[in-house]
Amino acid sequence: MSDLKDIAFKVRQHIIRMSTDGGCFVGASLSATDLIVYLYAEYLNINKDNLEDPNRDYLFLSKGHDVPALYGTFAEIGLMDPERLKNHLSTSDNIYWHPNTKIDGIEFHSGSLGHLPSVALGVALDIKMRGGNNKVICILGDGELNEGSCWEAVLVAGAHKLDNLIFVVDRNQFQANMATEDLIPLEPLHDKFTAFGASVKRINGHDFDALRGAFNAYPFEEGKLNVVIADTVRGKGLPSIEARADRWFCNFNAEEVESLLKELGGEEVTQLTSETLVVR
Amino acid sequence: MSYEELLTKLALEDERFVVMTAENRALVRNLPAKLGKRFVDTGITEQTMVGAAAGLALRGRIPVLHALATFLSMRAFEFIRTDAGIPNLPVKLSSFIPGFLSDGNGPTHQAVEDVSIMRGIPNVTVFAAADEADLVGMLPAIWASPNPAYVRINTRQTNYNHTPFEIGKAEVISEGTDVTILTYGLLFEQALVAVDILKTQGLSVGLVNMRSLKPVDEQAILKVAKTSKLVVTLEDHFNTGGLYSIVAEVLLKNQTTANVMPYGLDGKWFKPALLPAVLEYEGFTGKQIAEKILGHTTNAIQPEIATPEFAE
Repeated sequence: MSDLKDIAFKVRQHIIRMSTDGGCFVGASLSATDLIVYLYAEYLNINKDNLEDPNRDYLFLSKGHDVPALYGTFAEIGLMDPERLKNHLSTSDNIYWHPNTKIDGIEFHSGSLGHLPSVALGVALDIKMRGGNNKVICILGDGELNEGSCWEAVLVAGAHKLDNLIFVVDRNQFQANMATEDLIPLEPLHDKFTAFGASVKRINGHDFDALRGAFNAYPFEEGKLNVVIADTVRGKGLPSIEARADRWFCNFNAEEVESLLKELGGEEVTQLTSETLVVR
Repeated sequence: MSYEELLTKLALEDERFVVMTAENRALVRNLPAKLGKRFVDTGITEQTMVGAAAGLALRGRIPVLHALATFLSMRAFEFIRTDAGIPNLPVKLSSFIPGFLSDGNGPTHQAVEDVSIMRGIPNVTVFAAADEADLVGMLPAIWASPNPAYVRINTRQTNYNHTPFEIGKAEVISEGTDVTILTYGLLFEQALVAVDILKTQGLSVGLVNMRSLKPVDEQAILKVAKTSKLVVTLEDHFNTGGLYSIVAEVLLKNQTTANVMPYGLDGKWFKPALLPAVLEYEGFTGKQIAEKILGHTTNAIQPEIATPEFAE
């Protein structure tokens, strides 16, 4: 447990350091951090030595804008040289706002929401055809669930009895600069997935024991798509931005970054002055 | 050999093939029993089918996808572009009832811009078959290529004995110095009729079955532009973005020009009816094509045009 907490702390430090000089989607990255750390550092059979092995597990990041959490995790578990994170938004590397397969360990590029549920479904389908027992995870944003293609994929996964596929929803309650429930309400989300034929668990996405409890119950029910709704807090770890609609994409100045790193460590809350990108 | 027989044969020989459909089984009715788990019907979900095909291709499969041309190329457009085009995965799209072949369905089903939008995606190759023999001759090479491919399916019979297919090569049926018709797909059969009529009028007439629209046979186009007084681009597609545009691009790229008559749909969808009536109404029977090129009527007789069976 302390290990995962320690890794997650370091991943959050990486995310904060990437939220300057152009910035990144810091709120969504921090909400997904514990989830991604748990999956890579403990749950999934994915490491730098087995990426070419067809029997390894897969993780598709469909809400691609939280990729700083993924790269931070890669840096901490040995999938990526941490020095490369300094290349964020540089043409000398391929580390930008959405994932791409030029980075080892990225299964598929994303950024256009609602695509990877079906791509992950295709991989799960092939594993079933070949009689494999590896798992396929697809992480979705809650706002992403506005896209009809997500629900198509849930229907089709159910029809093909893909119990080797796990959709994980990072339920941080916000999409871009609005609360999900103020725009396109999703609740009761558990019931929606259940009605679509999935087997659903809803847990605190920042509690490693709760994550263990859910994922260790895999497969939840024979022949059913597994869905984990992970209740999370946007901006988790930084009280100055937590659960705020206006802290989605952030481009902090150097002083703010230093102050946020201290805030992450439990010190004084940062006084932020940087403008955030507000699209609505 | 039929399309279905070819697909069955290749899929049984090669485990990499997965046959998919978004609940459009007209071309693959017997495949579920033959392929078992390697036949995947995703229901009426073109987007999910294409995304899943990308996932299957990631795992080394060659998915061959079936859906009506409009829904495959347009409903799933961004999935083709983003999930097959960007990573250049061998997702093979079999596009059913393209162009005039949607006959009585109406504009929702009229794929008359599909060539334009599919060829606009980097890595995606585009083909159209003159008839079923042409189709069956071209598919093995197309399905063996590493690229995503969009194929306008045409299972009609013309009894024309086609030459072997090569990606990026047109099939030159005849050469002529007065007029040359460049065409692809369904209208090949009417082009054959038009060529006969034009020849009886004493003209030197060429005909080219373009069949590989991307990559396109630039040399064939440049040769015709140089040797034929008139070049006709005949297609059941909007003039924008289809063969007329392809010819214009090739000529401009090579800093040359030609006397080109676009013979396609000019910015409007076609009148829905059974296929023979559509061709007659829109002016695409062989006789009408010949007379438009000649600029006068003839006493030629238009051969009967076969009405396709209803296939949804």
